[in-house]
Amino acid sequence: MIDAASSAAARVQLTSDGRLRHFIDIEGLPRELLTEILDTADSFRGVQDAQVKKVPLLRGRTVANLFFENSTRTRATFELAAKRLSADVLSLDIQTSSTAKGETLLDTLNNLEAMQADAFVVRHSDSGAAHFIASQVTPNVAIINAGDGRHAHPTQAMLDMLTIRRHKGAFENLKVAIIGDILHSRVARSQVLALNTLGVAEIRVIAPRTLLPVDVEDWRCQVFTRLQEGLEDADVVIALRLQKERMDGALLPSENEFYRHYGLTQESLAWAHPEAIVMHPGPINRGVEIESAVADGPQAVILDQVTNGIAVRMAVLSMAVSGQTQSRARQRAS
Amino acid sequence: MSADRSPVPASVLLTGARLIDPSRDLDTRADLAILDGRIVAPDHPDAAKLPRHDVSGCVITPGLVDIGAHLREPGPRYKGSLESESAAALAGGYTRIAPRPDTSPVLDSAAHVRTLRDRAAEVDGVRLIPLGALTQGLEGQLLANMAGLKSAGCVALTNLRRPLADTRVLRRCLEYAATFDIPVIFHPEDGALAAGGCAHEGSVASRLGLPGIPATAETTALAQWLLLIEQTGVRAHAAHLSCARSVSLIEEAKQRGLPVTCDVTMAHLHWSDAALGGFDTLFHLQPPLRTRVDRDALRDGIKRGVIDAIVSGHLPHEQAAKMAPFAASEPGMSTLETLWAQGWALVEEGLFDATTLIRCLTSGPAHVLGLESAVLAPDALAELAVFDPAHRWTPADTTLHSAGLNTPLLNQPLNGRCILTLTGGEVRFNANN
Repeated sequence: MIDAASSAAARVQLTSDGRLRHFIDIEGLPRELLTEILDTADSFRGVQDAQVKKVPLLRGRTVANLFFENSTRTRATFELAAKRLSADVLSLDIQTSSTAKGETLLDTLNNLEAMQADAFVVRHSDSGAAHFIASQVTPNVAIINAGDGRHAHPTQAMLDMLTIRRHKGAFENLKVAIIGDILHSRVARSQVLALNTLGVAEIRVIAPRTLLPVDVEDWRCQVFTRLQEGLEDADVVIALRLQKERMDGALLPSENEFYRHYGLTQESLAWAHPEAIVMHPGPINRGVEIESAVADGPQAVILDQVTNGIAVRMAVLSMAVSGQTQSRARQRAS
Repeated sequence: MSADRSPVPASVLLTGARLIDPSRDLDTRADLAILDGRIVAPDHPDAAKLPRHDVSGCVITPGLVDIGAHLREPGPRYKGSLESESAAALAGGYTRIAPRPDTSPVLDSAAHVRTLRDRAAEVDGVRLIPLGALTQGLEGQLLANMAGLKSAGCVALTNLRRPLADTRVLRRCLEYAATFDIPVIFHPEDGALAAGGCAHEGSVASRLGLPGIPATAETTALAQWLLLIEQTGVRAHAAHLSCARSVSLIEEAKQRGLPVTCDVTMAHLHWSDAALGGFDTLFHLQPPLRTRVDRDALRDGIKRGVIDAIVSGHLPHEQAAKMAPFAASEPGMSTLETLWAQGWALVEEGLFDATTLIRCLTSGPAHVLGLESAVLAPDALAELAVFDPAHRWTPADTTLHSAGLNTPLLNQPLNGRCILTLTGGEVRFNANN
């Protein structure tokens, strides 16, 4: 089953010679490719520190941001990433435009393809939406998944990997703990896949049973329901955002009770390794999943994550557009 | 289709086939003589004069019977019509179909049923045995006019997967149906546990981030139904079982003597949730495909006779219905024309024998609907199908009759096909025409 899913994911995302042409899911991508993304992103970090922050890699290309679901930060960093690659950028908040008028997802995408876009950055509330678009709708446009339902958020996972690598060096000996709403989290799914692919020694997820997916053990991670046991000696601690609506779904009694048992506080952080870094995909609910003193404290690298997010998105955009261009050229030749 | 069919009663000697009729414990290699539409003994004086049709290597069975295929009428035509779906049924070897009542309008009154029967007579295809709605509009609040539906020809009532308001309404439905001795067909599902889900809650859905439907959504509802069936004594049939635990619940109920039967769809005998790996919407079904363990338990339930019928779950869709992200796609598969080939493949794999398969496709479902099944016996009006297990073909828009091309078998070479269907003594499908 895992192999079938993984090969399906690989087939859609990679060119015949193993280069990236869509970036939809960490599943199916080999370690070398993830490392290439991180190395490329690292090189763009240098660009970001320069006074002129642009490179001409995507000059004359068009990147369309298609957000079928709300997002401020992800959309902004994608926009910035595309602009720093010198691409023309079109950002559409599709919730409030055509689909609301009854135009189908299919028609919207076909129209945009007809406008000769080179890449679609897609966020959608349905799991598998990016996969669907890449495999069925517009396979010749590079699709970058900016989050699909509960399924995947691969650029978030890769910016987290970059942040970990820049702070901790090698992945092999790390213990990484992820706390919170694993069930609904596309971030956690992609993180666990990326951490496993990059060879992390120990991955732990920590949550009450109502927020753990069924058979989560199959993700190749350790499962904890007690925060202290899960945090013990961890090198990297990732707190996930807790959506307020979880209280309505009878998944949790109250924010307070969650904070008391699973909140990342100075007290609970002390259970982790003294040099542990603290990460959060944002936006933060202070006093729900994380204490302000921790979020703003010396161990937090949350703003670093944001900076790395631009570099990772530049890397993925440039790699996928280039892979897509190459495979289109090959199609034309044959 | 009524225009191009031959109204002539068939007269033919089918030679060399394997005849399987579970209702008569028949499994033999023999010639089958049909004279003026009726089966006659091979030693009938006129049999020698019949035109011979060599069907060596083929399997002849009574016409197949299905419970719950969606034939899309009355309703929007872009998903199919009685013409297209009836032709698909005949091409699949089916001679009788009990179609779902969730048409538009819903089959909840005698008048609607009579209109449908008039349409069926006009189309003159597969024989329709309507199922009526259990509640008005399938809305789960008010009882449908059950006795009226029965007198209009409904052989059973169902609310499909639509929820009933509460257990009190359920109880009253069963009591009232029992009063008129009308069987009730139910699709066990607890709406709250299944809410928002689109795939089996298990490791595949967890990886794909698809909202899950736990097996307990089926089993808790099934247990509740079984207790109320026991209390009311109604004849009941559990449709589309999907998980291992359901099979054991039915088995226990049967052992206690409850008047209950059950079915499974061919898709659930074939695939498991592993098929969802690439978000393939063609495998978006209700109930969802569950684990291999569940699938194997369903196969075992067929083998041991706990499951009475294998049904199509036929739900034809237009292409756009499946062109969407998984959860947003419409559930269902078009199955009538490929079902026999899939069933025979399971026999060839050794999972159960040919008689068991054919029973589950003919006398099993006929019994559930309280019908006399068609037989391969002298004097019977020919109602039978000839299958060629070695016939290699490719289901495609040019070869399928159904308006629904929503099958994962589309454009895949397949072994086994119905080559000839007779009903009412006439040839109604011939793959060579």
